[in-house]
Amino acid sequence: MPSEVKFSGLMPATDTDSGIIPVRESGRGAVHLNVDEARRASAVNSPIKARAQGLSFYYGDFQALKGLNIDFREHQVTALIGPSGCGKSTFLRCFNRMHDLTPLTRYEGNIMLYPEDINLVARGIDPIEVRMRIGMVFQKPNPFPKSIFENVAYGLRVRGLRSRVRLAEEVEQALRAAALWDEVKDRLAESGLSLSGGQQQRLCIARALATNPEILLFDEPTSALDPIATARIEELITGLRERVTVIIVTHNMQQAARVSDFTAFMYLGELIEFDETTKIFTNPSKKATEDYITGRYG
Amino acid sequence: MNATGTARAQLERSVRRRKLVDQLFVLAGMAILFASLLTLALLFLKLVHDGAPRFGWDFFTNFPSRNAGRAGILSAWVGTCLVMLVTVTAAMPIGVAAAIYLEEYAPKNWLTAVIEINVRNLAGVPSIIYGLLALGLFVYKFGLGQSIVSAGLTLALLILPIVVVATREALRAVPRAIREAAYALGATHWEVTAHHVLPYSTGGILTGMIIGMSRAIGETAPIITIGALAFIAFLPTPPVSGHFPYLSFTWLTDPFTVMPIQMFNWLSRPDQAFQVNAAAAGAILLAMTLLMNGVAIYVRYRFRKKINW
Repeated sequence: MPSEVKFSGLMPATDTDSGIIPVRESGRGAVHLNVDEARRASAVNSPIKARAQGLSFYYGDFQALKGLNIDFREHQVTALIGPSGCGKSTFLRCFNRMHDLTPLTRYEGNIMLYPEDINLVARGIDPIEVRMRIGMVFQKPNPFPKSIFENVAYGLRVRGLRSRVRLAEEVEQALRAAALWDEVKDRLAESGLSLSGGQQQRLCIARALATNPEILLFDEPTSALDPIATARIEELITGLRERVTVIIVTHNMQQAARVSDFTAFMYLGELIEFDETTKIFTNPSKKATEDYITGRYG
Repeated sequence: MNATGTARAQLERSVRRRKLVDQLFVLAGMAILFASLLTLALLFLKLVHDGAPRFGWDFFTNFPSRNAGRAGILSAWVGTCLVMLVTVTAAMPIGVAAAIYLEEYAPKNWLTAVIEINVRNLAGVPSIIYGLLALGLFVYKFGLGQSIVSAGLTLALLILPIVVVATREALRAVPRAIREAAYALGATHWEVTAHHVLPYSTGGILTGMIIGMSRAIGETAPIITIGALAFIAFLPTPPVSGHFPYLSFTWLTDPFTVMPIQMFNWLSRPDQAFQVNAAAAGAILLAMTLLMNGVAIYVRYRFRKKINW
């Protein structure tokens, strides 16, 4: 049973069995944690979907990522947090080889994708192939200036799906999965740009989901949205666990706490701490992590 | 008056003074704008007024003649339309393809930098130089003769830099976020270009194309250089015919004349009656140019309305 708890004041984090997790007071306001012991147990035991091994990344001579080692578990949400410029977005964009679009960038180390055991950042692996398997939702909603239907159908068309019936089915399914179907089912022919910001972002999520990705990357997906739209997206991401492995970059500590199972705290291109989200937000083992989540810097 | 009152009065004075500068600038801008618009309008009206006696159906359907009262612009406007057709057919694909390559594909190195500078400089080359180039290349070397196709290709060359620059600007206006969205879905470079970048920049590309054409339509020097005739009393072979194979391309190699040459020809006649014809032809040429610019503005407006990032 998920129970939302809110604590203020510093308390020793011990009593985890009761499902009540005391949370350290944050400078950004108290952090809410959804605690579900069954979930936690399954999270820790779920198979590994991707593994960064000694991953470094360079923009020209500048080293943006320094030997990262993290496991991403299947059907779990992993949040990447850290102050601006810590490399969390850079890390995220390694997964779908977005950096290949920028000249003079270079990967070192591996991101292994399981169960096939292929290295996503290897030279021999085509970035197009990687992007066929790993979806992404961006910071600012970026629907194509095409109809709502065509927005969602585009990934399928690229994959060669031509049947109108199949396309219609898949588009509906994706829009339902993104909790947008009821709002747009009567206006699929209208431009994606005619939707509100929050709807546009859910359209972008539907667009990514339609292609059935194995991993879905979120790059600060709510930073351009109002609190209500943000809440809907967060709810959506939480539900997406059933379908897909999620990695989310966020500036917002509460968001990381609310939606993720695991949290990685990064600083200056290095991984400082990686653990279960409940652990990171209640009992971080590194001083830097604690300082960051309690709002002392960043 | 108390201290706050004085401070307030000072503030108001300062704002008033600065707003005055604002208004003065607007006034100056408006004055310059109206001066140039008025010049154009007066010129147009003068041409319409001077050419008024010749406006009528006959003027469009008659060939030029030794008799000023019966002379018309049939061969000139047909020639202009056909030359423009060749120009668009040649300049559009080449210009757009060149722009796509330079903007989307070309690596940023010294070679592409040189090409880029060259393209921009080409826009400033005097048009008669293009005429000389065309005379040597199209007319003699390729043996195309003093024909519609030679003229069309010459003008295509002339407006190519305009088309390339305008297209590149239109392509560049497509936000990076849109390209990333398409790439993230697994699209290839070409798919991103063909499915997204190109369709979203169509408005800008068409605008550039039309602006280029409205430049080409009035060009006289290069057309004279390649040897267009000034007096033509017949039409090119019609491109469409009633019998097999229905389409004919012999018109491409036919001799021709165009509007500005017809106008120049009439202007250089001693007989005053021909000056009226020249004015009428000038008014029509100007109207064609303005119409094309109008279409360009409309196209841009339509596409802007559909796509606002």
